[in-house]
Amino acid sequence: MVANHDIHLTVRKGTVHALVGENGAGKSTLMKILYGMQKPDEGTIAVDGEQVAFGSPADAIARGIGMVHQHFMLADNLTVLENTVLGSEKLHGIGGGARRKIKEISERYGLGVRPDVLVESLGVADRQRVEILKVLYRGARTLILDEPTAVLVPQEVDALFANLRELKSEGLAVIFISHKLGEVLSVADEITVIRRGTTVGTAVPAETTPRQLAEMMVGSELPTPETAESTVTDRPVIEVEGLTVYAAGASLGEVGEASDTAATAASGGTGTLLGDTPPGADVRRVLDDVTFTIHAGEVMGIAGVEGNGQTELIDALIGTKGADSGTLRFLGEDITPWPTRRRREHGVGYIPEDRHRQGLLLEAPLWENRILGHVTEKPNAKGFWLDPKGAQADTRRIVEEYDVRTPGIDVTAASLSGGNQQKLIVGREMSHSPKFLIAAHPTRGVDVGAQAQIWDRIREARREGLAVLLISADLDELIGLSDTLRVIYNGRLVADADPATVTPEELGSAMTGAAAGHLEHDESGAAEGATEAAPEDEAR
Amino acid sequence: MSTATLTKPQAKRPGRSGRRLSLPALLLVIAGVLVLTSAVRLITGADGITSTGQMSTALRLAVPIGLAGLGGLWAERAGVVNIGLEGMMILGTWFGAWAGYQWGPWTGVAFGIIGGVLGGILHAVATVTFNVNHIVSGVAINILALGTTRYLSKFTFEGVPQGSSKQSPPIDSLGTFDIPGLSSGLNTLNGKHWFLVSDLAGLVGGLITDLSPLTVIAVALVPLSWWVLWRTAFGLRLRSCGENPVAAESLGVNVYKYKYLAVLISGGFAGLGGAFLSIVASNVYLDGQTAGRGYIGLAAMIFGNWMPGGLALGAGLFGYTDSLNLRGGTTNVHALILLLAILLVFGAAYLVWRKRHVPAAATAVVAVLMFLWYVSTDDVPRQVVTATPYVVTLLVLSFSAQHLRMPKADGLPYRKGQGK
Amino acid sequence: MKKFDKERVLLAVAGPVIALVLAIALTSVVLLASDRNPFEPYRLMLQQASYSDVQVLIVNQASMYYIAAIAVALGFRMNLFNIGVDGQYRLAVVMTAVVGANVALPNFLQIPLLLLVAMGTGALWAGIAGALKVTRGVSEVVATIMLNSIATAVIGYVTLAHVWGVQLGNNMTTGVMRKSGWIPGIDLGADVGEIYGLVFLAILLGVAYWLVLNRTRFGFDLRATGESETAAAASGVNAKRMVFVSMVISGAVAGLAGLPLLLGDTHTYSLSFPAGLGFTAIGIALLGRNHPGGIALAALLWALLDKASPALDYATPVAYEKEIATIMQGLIVFAVVISYEAVRQWGLRRQQKRVGAELAAAALKNS
Repeated sequence: MVANHDIHLTVRKGTVHALVGENGAGKSTLMKILYGMQKPDEGTIAVDGEQVAFGSPADAIARGIGMVHQHFMLADNLTVLENTVLGSEKLHGIGGGARRKIKEISERYGLGVRPDVLVESLGVADRQRVEILKVLYRGARTLILDEPTAVLVPQEVDALFANLRELKSEGLAVIFISHKLGEVLSVADEITVIRRGTTVGTAVPAETTPRQLAEMMVGSELPTPETAESTVTDRPVIEVEGLTVYAAGASLGEVGEASDTAATAASGGTGTLLGDTPPGADVRRVLDDVTFTIHAGEVMGIAGVEGNGQTELIDALIGTKGADSGTLRFLGEDITPWPTRRRREHGVGYIPEDRHRQGLLLEAPLWENRILGHVTEKPNAKGFWLDPKGAQADTRRIVEEYDVRTPGIDVTAASLSGGNQQKLIVGREMSHSPKFLIAAHPTRGVDVGAQAQIWDRIREARREGLAVLLISADLDELIGLSDTLRVIYNGRLVADADPATVTPEELGSAMTGAAAGHLEHDESGAAEGATEAAPEDEAR
Repeated sequence: MSTATLTKPQAKRPGRSGRRLSLPALLLVIAGVLVLTSAVRLITGADGITSTGQMSTALRLAVPIGLAGLGGLWAERAGVVNIGLEGMMILGTWFGAWAGYQWGPWTGVAFGIIGGVLGGILHAVATVTFNVNHIVSGVAINILALGTTRYLSKFTFEGVPQGSSKQSPPIDSLGTFDIPGLSSGLNTLNGKHWFLVSDLAGLVGGLITDLSPLTVIAVALVPLSWWVLWRTAFGLRLRSCGENPVAAESLGVNVYKYKYLAVLISGGFAGLGGAFLSIVASNVYLDGQTAGRGYIGLAAMIFGNWMPGGLALGAGLFGYTDSLNLRGGTTNVHALILLLAILLVFGAAYLVWRKRHVPAAATAVVAVLMFLWYVSTDDVPRQVVTATPYVVTLLVLSFSAQHLRMPKADGLPYRKGQGK
Repeated sequence: MKKFDKERVLLAVAGPVIALVLAIALTSVVLLASDRNPFEPYRLMLQQASYSDVQVLIVNQASMYYIAAIAVALGFRMNLFNIGVDGQYRLAVVMTAVVGANVALPNFLQIPLLLLVAMGTGALWAGIAGALKVTRGVSEVVATIMLNSIATAVIGYVTLAHVWGVQLGNNMTTGVMRKSGWIPGIDLGADVGEIYGLVFLAILLGVAYWLVLNRTRFGFDLRATGESETAAAASGVNAKRMVFVSMVISGAVAGLAGLPLLLGDTHTYSLSFPAGLGFTAIGIALLGRNHPGGIALAALLWALLDKASPALDYATPVAYEKEIATIMQGLIVFAVVISYEAVRQWGLRRQQKRVGAELAAAALKNS
């Protein structure tokens, strides 16, 4: 399989050059080569007119190329300074000299970073700035940013772009990898489009329309959001009322596991040996009075940046961690005190967020994975005893029906690809006729083909009356699958929207708390270009 | 699998401030305990609890525990759990004795360190190169070390005069020293049994009387470890391997190298602790000499929250309980029951102030039981004394385990390139 | 699928075989270094093993090792390290001996009572560590190690004359147990010896271990928790309860480990009762890969090394140090952990590659 062939890329100093292409187009491989993590089979790389060959990231760093990874490489328990100087202690030492240099860089590029803070206490946007600081500290003159806006909300993206403009003005070159055309347009001087492993062309944003660019990326067809007949009924399946979760372990002066340190942090850091919240402290709520209802045949999508309470909401719904207050009703019955197993036995399906850690036993064969989560139910068990034959037969059926690509059911789950693993999980959950499905990032890291199959399954089940809670970071998925759309921010459901008409910008604003309430898509006031930009923004 | 805690999933959010006892508060608590101890001593007449002899012994017994703990610290800070400290210590006792009786005590110390490092090499190969589960490898090394030393003893010590398959011939001493004038002065002061002054004299006097040079070295290794780990590039890289090895690798740190070094250093510390046992604490190698000190060292490390300072404090505490056991003082332990009862009363009061009523009630009940125990008996069975260090360890861990912060990647397998 | 089966068998066997070969090679190196013939000790030990009286000793010893190793393996399957088997079984033996010496019920009540006492004591002792782990987050490794030493102290106390100790000859013991608690063995003649009756208990436990883990819902939950605590929690397992229950069950089984000897032979506890069984059991469980059949073989091997090696001291014309067997045991454990891990990882990688290749071939065929 050829990942890249015939790639031509020229980046000028003092510019921001965007590299755009859809998932799987070959951008990451190209960047790995540029950064020295992989060797090209053919072709040349030239820096400042000189031909170079990189054997390792150290070579690239020596040449002034710095990579800011999508998944941050930071040690939580170390300070910003320690994280920055690690591996390059000879440059400015690890004490006063380094501190001065860091402050200098921070001021020059407007990063606003404090050297002696523990990384653990920094938010996502700040951590990204530390990553940028790391490469600047090592004297990078060319920065490669890999999907930097994936974890940021629009307002933070603006701040990042301001930083990039600073860098540009100092004569640095920035390569910006993304699949989000809209954002890239506002900051890039040049855009190179990659499709299926090769460069399709280079364009200058000022002289190109979004439509032309999108065409370069996917060819001349653009998908449109799906419009189908509504399957929403008025039978409530899951009713959540007043769900509230306090910051990990804390509750107002209660006994028990509350001897946790987070409580003391919430109360202002007055740590004690027997750690406890002093009475009357203002405790942070991770989920704040969440209330909603999902009906049979309805998919409710919840958009939000990671860390705003989605995990706690899922935990409360599936029962792995109880909420501190609020009630849950499932088909009219109060299931708030029910343990996880009981909920699953009664028809709550669960596609977990992290399939490797929560959805599968990686080193167990597929048929044992089929049992996971439903060990008390047929066909996996007969009373007290397991029924391996039954489970195996059913696994074969699932493999067939859900098109799980595997040579057999005895292989370990780890040997399947992500998409096939996810299909197995979906098949497993659907096989117990759930009435309510919790789907957390159901197609994350899944190839396009499997993604389409999973979406089809969900739609099919929805037609038959399944209620679905869809939590996703993929705005396309949310818009494409949901009947109703809500936004979660700081533990509260702050906004709702109509998936058919809402734009990613509006959602993004709500996700940062800048907008709230019912999001109306304003057709009349928008300029022509903007309305055009809406469906093509996230070119697929 | 780590040696410390069940991790609890936590809500992600920024802004977590420190949670440890602040230094002034800690000093206040220590001062309070000293005063209380002194009072109890006067009430019970058990002068042994703060005598110079007791303190001196306590220090001597704290050293091997502290060295083992430091060994554990160095390894865990690089992300490798080292249960094999006990085995490495055994190797240290044996090699120390074997070289010591033939070529002099200092050579013995050197060989003891080497013996521990040998054990470290095995552990490093298993855990870093082969990614064997750290605990399993540690247990295997303990078994291997025991078998090896027994076998070797048969070959080496059995035929030699004063030696046997379970004991080595005696080793010359490293010598001890006092601080002239001060030592005897403090001793006299301690003998006067005055409130608080004598106790302090005992404490300080014990620390400077009858000191072996190896003790001084061992104590110096505590601040030295802190300085190397937190103030040098080497230490930073080593710690990064225990916090986020993938990040370290991405910055060009050779994680394998640092893990290897850390485990070797860890073995060296354990070996040194073993050599101390066979050369200083006694003057022979004895089968079973380590008596679980490798494990208690680990407990001291956890107690100290993976920091050298706290570790030293923990080692001191465990050394003290060990010395109580050694100095046959059943009356001393009996007196300490009273002290414990009083401390529990304070603890219960504190819990009431914090409005945690159920734990307060439980503590109060235990305090009352302890009072009754004290009042109704004159001394305690020997076995209580022998069990004390272990019970104390359990209690300490029970109360502190949840407030600790261990290195984030501790005990996790690592393979180069796993981050890609 | 046939290809996979052959490969899986090969993988399963490769680990122990490599380990044993490595251990034997290293032991021979040690022998050479000690100026001894590297092959003779093995021959002598195998020769010993051919005598029926030695064989009886081996079977008896192996039965105790087996029970203790099953207890350890239960923990291992849960990713728990019950290093406290040693303290648990010794304490259980002492308490059983005390009860057996002071309570005299008829035969069919006495024996179950004694078994219950043993299991209960072991379960209690392990339960302390389990409770500390789930409520206070204390590592079970450190807790069980501490409890081992505390158990020694408790035993010391219990055998004091003014508590329950009884002086028998030169030894301080717990008194001779009442006859109704004696379990007869299979007598093979005066020259050969007696196989302990409780050997059958060991076999029963092995079968139960396999059945429970592989054929019951509880066993599935247990294995799942051991493989991935997060996945098990998401699937409905109460992780904390599972940890506690597993520790308790492991302790209960551990409590039975000393009974074959106690009820079938010594009928009293004294300081000469074997100690250290728990640590050996860890090695045996590792060698046997936590599989009831593998553990049986490992226990027999270990017992063989134990019982055939004393003769080395008296061998003619050259005597060997019997401690070579101890080194060999240590080397086996060490070689085992490395070889199993290496083989396991190799096996996983190979499987991933093969699955990829098979899928590609299938795709090609279909297109």
